[in-house]
Amino acid sequence: MAVAAASSAGVARERIAYNEEVVRLFTIATIFWGVVGFLVGTFIAFQLAYPWLNLPYEWGVFSRLRPVHTSAVIFAFGGNALLATSLYVVQRTCRAPLFGGPALAYFLFWGYQIFIVLAATGYVMGITQSREYAEPEWYVDLWLTLVWVVYFIIFFGTILRRREPHIYVANWFYLAFIITIAILHIFNNLAVPVSWFGAKSYSLFAGVQDALVQWWYGHNAVGFFLTAGFLGMMYYFVPKQAQRPVYSYRLSIVHFWALIFLYIWAGPHHLHWTALPVWAQILGMTFSVMLWMPSWGGMINGLMTLSGAWDKLRWDPVLRFLVVSVAFYGMSTFEGPLMSVRQVNALSHYTDWTVGHVHSGALGWVAFVTFGALYYLVPRLWKAERLYSIRLVEWHFWIASLGIVLYITSMWVSGIMQGLMWRTYDSLGFLQFSFVETVEAMHPFYVIRALGGVLFTAGALIMVYNLWRTMRREVRAEELLPSQAGALRVVPAE
Amino acid sequence: MALISKHEVVERRALLLALLILVTVSIGGIVEIVPLFTIENTIERVKGVRPYSPLEQLGRDIYVREGCYVCHSQMIRPFRDEVERYGPYSLAAESMYDHPFQWGSKRTGPDLARVGGKYSNEWHVAHLVNPQSVVPESVMPPYPWLLERELDISDIRERLETLRIVGVPYTDEMIEKAVEDVKAQADPEADHEELLQRYPKAMVGDFDGQPDRLTEMDALVAYLQILGRMVDFTDVRPEDLAQ
Repeated sequence: MAVAAASSAGVARERIAYNEEVVRLFTIATIFWGVVGFLVGTFIAFQLAYPWLNLPYEWGVFSRLRPVHTSAVIFAFGGNALLATSLYVVQRTCRAPLFGGPALAYFLFWGYQIFIVLAATGYVMGITQSREYAEPEWYVDLWLTLVWVVYFIIFFGTILRRREPHIYVANWFYLAFIITIAILHIFNNLAVPVSWFGAKSYSLFAGVQDALVQWWYGHNAVGFFLTAGFLGMMYYFVPKQAQRPVYSYRLSIVHFWALIFLYIWAGPHHLHWTALPVWAQILGMTFSVMLWMPSWGGMINGLMTLSGAWDKLRWDPVLRFLVVSVAFYGMSTFEGPLMSVRQVNALSHYTDWTVGHVHSGALGWVAFVTFGALYYLVPRLWKAERLYSIRLVEWHFWIASLGIVLYITSMWVSGIMQGLMWRTYDSLGFLQFSFVETVEAMHPFYVIRALGGVLFTAGALIMVYNLWRTMRREVRAEELLPSQAGALRVVPAE
Repeated sequence: MALISKHEVVERRALLLALLILVTVSIGGIVEIVPLFTIENTIERVKGVRPYSPLEQLGRDIYVREGCYVCHSQMIRPFRDEVERYGPYSLAAESMYDHPFQWGSKRTGPDLARVGGKYSNEWHVAHLVNPQSVVPESVMPPYPWLLERELDISDIRERLETLRIVGVPYTDEMIEKAVEDVKAQADPEADHEELLQRYPKAMVGDFDGQPDRLTEMDALVAYLQILGRMVDFTDVRPEDLAQ
């Protein structure tokens, strides 16, 4: 069975010259951009609480820094994590080195970093399409298209050269992510530049059509970049760290095809009650609610992989990161369908509830599963005996978790409160609150949210220190439980 | 589950897997997006919506450049409280020349779809330079450079021509007179007759409080002042809005 293929390592085989150098580079880039993204996010969270932090310079205001934060965490941190893990996983599960050799792999690495730098420097200079999560202008988009085609060639070429008869389930998800992101990126960024020598362009579509194309893209950036790709990560690293096979092969087939089919339809739920025709809104809502099922199919498959190994959660903080990430995935994929119901959306849309929802997915699911994968990968890629410190992983886990709790709860309160204040009438039938009164009311929650960001970033810095010492192959003298000492020692890399 | 046992076929053939993924993810998008271009009543037939004047379009480009969409929506929903707070709910027709659309997704600040005409030019200038000077509780950042920087009109014709390529019905005359129209709209002394014929309801005059200068502030305020004012809702019948 294909699902068992990943756990069949250890059988004596001839050595394959995997390209680990490029995976190491992507791993370092993931860590670096993660910290950048968290720092910028925390800073702009404080700007919303204390507006004097908006520096009176063009590059220092919230509206120009917010895309830096979102692009840094989604495309730089998340993107490099997907590249690192997909290139690691595809080689191991196909038992083949990367297609195209080191040269193509280096081009992919540096090409992707150039994309990030071009995008971010553009935003602070005012070069943006102002399309949410697709802000880079036409020349950056063209560059990314080229880089992405190379990514597809490397990944798909490696699959074609595989020495395993079956393609492992993690690779289905990675492949769906690579193909779909290409389609979304190209169609959403269709634009005509004003001049071949200038940055400015105008989108091909306008108004209502433009809105639907953008949210078809926007929601599936979540669905395929932040979900399908990271599910690929889950399908490799959870079984590996738990040393158990994936719970159900059948469930993985059903939830894979259902997930990628249904997700694409969900975009219009970002446009409820707008000038988008109602039939499109209803379709978007219906498919969003149906999406709950395959999402939880994936969650169940991830969580139940721990069957018979639940005790490991007590003493293996790396596994705990992975498992809690799957739990957050389950939570935010329940909240999402709920918010996509038009009557709920009437309250939640335009408020911080959406921001809180996104972050329960981004911090709880995407970042936590990435942290788990990094703690798994770094000792193996740098041939260390084990992680420098297990205790520091514990600290990271609890500080980051506390940060997430502060973030999500404060945004729930501020979002629902603001939505309710907007629609409150007084006894004479007038609107009770002016807009700015709702802004004032949100202040304490903006402070709490920013503190949540501080905690989350602090946790990430602890990780950076821990991984850096691990890369130097150092081991901290610390008292470990007997089970930890044995099990967290990294098996010599195959 | 016979179908599932056949899944092995897909797992063993990479090209087949890739093709099936491509087909599976294409269906939803095609079903939802294509009809928006083909169904005729997606955009309501109302009078008054026109291309932006060159000055307004340059202002809109500054709105896009600064990323105003991260905090301001331009889409009033058909709820009693929103209509009372902001004005008639937004129509698809009102953004039919918006490349890109700027409906937004978050209201950290209020909706701007009908902000045109609600505040004076002086208020907008003071607010954009230092928002807290007019709204002490505001969390909006300051944009003082708009008042300092000269408006770049060197490529305004190319901008309108590009917009024409993507479907905005600018005429040859509009493109030819683009530079004159920019200057006329921001100059209280100029003759505005031709401009107003081409761009009805455009607000004219000095926007930034510096009559001798043409700044980015002039353009942005001119744009904000036309928002939501093109359609006259006193003579729109419900039948016209049927989608």
